[in-house]
Amino acid sequence: MLITRRVDFSASHVCASPAWSQERNRAVYGAEANPQGHGHNFILEVTLAGEPDPASGMVFDLKRLKEILHREVVEPFDHRFLNREVPPFDRVTPTLENMAVEIWRRLEPALDGRLHAVRLYEHEDLYVDYFGEGR
Amino acid sequence: MIRLTRRYRFAASHRLHSAAFSEAENRALYGKCNNPFGHGHNYVLEVGVRAPVDPETGRAADVELLDRLVREQVIEAFDRRNLNTEVAAFTRLVATTENLGREIFRRLAGNWDSVFEGPWPVLEIVRIAETKRNIFEVRQ
Repeated sequence: MLITRRVDFSASHVCASPAWSQERNRAVYGAEANPQGHGHNFILEVTLAGEPDPASGMVFDLKRLKEILHREVVEPFDHRFLNREVPPFDRVTPTLENMAVEIWRRLEPALDGRLHAVRLYEHEDLYVDYFGEGR
Repeated sequence: MIRLTRRYRFAASHRLHSAAFSEAENRALYGKCNNPFGHGHNYVLEVGVRAPVDPETGRAADVELLDRLVREQVIEAFDRRNLNTEVAAFTRLVATTENLGREIFRRLAGNWDSVFEGPWPVLEIVRIAETKRNIFEVRQ
């Protein structure tokens, strides 16, 4: 069985590599490369896989999941400039893809092996899914 | 691997009518969707592609290239059109959203090389919502 919890956070980012010229960054990332930064209301959907525990009837304690999502993602990311305030995005470009991979890395150790997918929306018309390394 | 999904919209009219059936059978099978004058929908299309994250750019796919392909192959051909009379595929096939999803997949896959060079990304999913209540998904 799959269970999904949704949270959101608002943050700013710049998609640009410090190693590249402004022109190359513009060519690769378009408007997302504006060095001043810009923001999105990101929506995160975290899906866990497992069988309901026979005693509790739950795949995972949703209260605990809520706390973990808040501690690992919402608290550090919300209303932050990712490139300046949230490692590793001082050295890893905070594209939507890299953000999804980083969120997986932060959540995976706390979820008892049940993490199945991370879906991250930059806005309602663009999202990525990540299923872990090698998947 | 990352699956990147982009959402697009287009508005079009269609009529569900099969040459394999009589007029009465068509009315019975398709109901209101068989109205001879056609009717329209605001279709919502999701295109999902799969690729590893490029370690240099941090991206799995160039969204602008995907947008260009979908605009050229789908939006320009279907938006504000009558699917039955203006899209060649639906002179032979019933313009159900099942067939529309397959036609979109076929158009994108058939013209993939015109925008994407190399092995990545690959087209994985075409999902099309005819209304909020009817959603169709075609996978590779």
